[in-house]
Amino acid sequence: MKRRTEWLVSLPTVAWLGLFVVIPTLLVFVIAFRPSNPYGGIGRGWTLETVRALAAPGTLVIAWRTLWMSLLTTAISLVLALPAGYTIARAPARWRNRLLLLVIVPFWTSFLVRVFAWRSLLHPDGPVKRALAALGLVGPQATLLYHPAAVVLVMVYTFLPFTILPIYAAAEKFDFRLVEAARDLGARPFQAFRKVFLPGIRRGVVTAVLVVFVPALGSYIIPDLVGGPSSEMIGNKIAQRVFSDRNLPLASAVSAVLVLAVLAPLAAILALQRKGKKSDIVIGEAP
Amino acid sequence: MKRSRFPIAVTALVLAFLYLPILILVANSFNPARFSSRWEGFSLVWYARLFHSPEIWEAVRNTLIIAVSATAVSVTLGTMAAYALHRWAASRLQRLHYTLIYQPLVVPEILMGISLLMAFVAVGLPLGLFTIFLAHVTFCVSYVAMTVLGRLQDFDFSVIEAARDLGASPWQAARRVLLPLLMPGIVSGALLAFTLSVDDFVVTFFVAGPGSTTLPLRIYSMIKYGAPPMINALSTLLLAVTLTAVLLSQRLASRRS
Repeated sequence: MKRRTEWLVSLPTVAWLGLFVVIPTLLVFVIAFRPSNPYGGIGRGWTLETVRALAAPGTLVIAWRTLWMSLLTTAISLVLALPAGYTIARAPARWRNRLLLLVIVPFWTSFLVRVFAWRSLLHPDGPVKRALAALGLVGPQATLLYHPAAVVLVMVYTFLPFTILPIYAAAEKFDFRLVEAARDLGARPFQAFRKVFLPGIRRGVVTAVLVVFVPALGSYIIPDLVGGPSSEMIGNKIAQRVFSDRNLPLASAVSAVLVLAVLAPLAAILALQRKGKKSDIVIGEAP
Repeated sequence: MKRSRFPIAVTALVLAFLYLPILILVANSFNPARFSSRWEGFSLVWYARLFHSPEIWEAVRNTLIIAVSATAVSVTLGTMAAYALHRWAASRLQRLHYTLIYQPLVVPEILMGISLLMAFVAVGLPLGLFTIFLAHVTFCVSYVAMTVLGRLQDFDFSVIEAARDLGASPWQAARRVLLPLLMPGIVSGALLAFTLSVDDFVVTFFVAGPGSTTLPLRIYSMIKYGAPPMINALSTLLLAVTLTAVLLSQRLASRRS
């Protein structure tokens, strides 16, 4: 009787997600071995041609670039999020909620709009470029847009709130008397931070790294709107195969590589989550 | 004990960094200049132009149709899922269920977009508002389930048993006791689902067909093919709407607790 109720209540989402997440993902792997047809659809029969096309040097360059740009984004976000999460956790209760709200509001704001805002900021006539030129830091002809650095900057901008929240969630549970004890015993502030605080919020840090790194691997809009040909990522390749060449099998093959790249860090998250009692991920949850 | 000011300074910089582009964008929406490089006075010209654009209204209509229907379905499914995940947490079925629900939260959006496109093409489902709706329910369900599950963490199931002992049918107990207690979680899950649906670009881009342009798709083509000042105005309006929604949900949350 109880089992039946459990099944009845769980079935709708299990069926829905099976139908629209599991089967489509498996399909990506299957279609990678099908030929394309001239009408932009999926042909009959089987082929290894798409897999061979993957080994082209162009694809490897983009895979490598995607990896290092995602790693760089993760590292910079973490360096900024650690002091921010620490400060919010140590702030007086009244301030804490306000600061959290300030961090969350950009999350609720249209993603496309925020990327667009950076496009105007970094534009050759935009304020950032003019400020840098006035300071003599860049030449009058320099372009800030269409450069890998612009893509990393905007990726850090969009992922930063996602990094701050799990670090805050872990820091909030941390016993700060431990840091004070370390300081009393003669540790310098940075030593106390590195040897006491950082290990104490380890789980929050791991979550933060993964919620930035995994989505960064699949970035598409940011390199599309603020990047140029020298900063394309795997996401751009997938979209080009779908919308420019209408070659779905090739798009599938590139996506299959991305699925595999994403699976490793994901398995790590799930393993860590299972070990812990409660999820550290706070997704858009109001404080 | 002297505390270092360094983390506070970094936090201030981080907040400035987060808000700088948004503030510049809002300011530029009132700037009549074609290329917003120089301030030419205060004007509402871009707002006026926006309100007279039929494409925008068509996109708003599509966006709302999808957001309302996807929110309704995903809130129903997501709440049931959260209940099951919490009630039978230890069972094997729920461990599988949790893994399934977790996927859309962490897998990059582009992968969901491409895999759904493949599935729709494979079964020959024509792309349009309906395929966008299916896709949106798929990611919204996970966010709703996680939000409601968060509220369930300290839920005491004995109140349900008490209601049953006092003669309530399972349906009555669910409707009269469980649902009202879960309402704050359901409302914030619904707000989140609605916002995510209204804002989604990547997944929608892959599964949209002719005649199913949503607001983000329209904004994207405006960014790519001209009309920047109008986007500033549109974005400022969107910002105002989301800020109101966030403040409202905050107020709701603080009143309930």
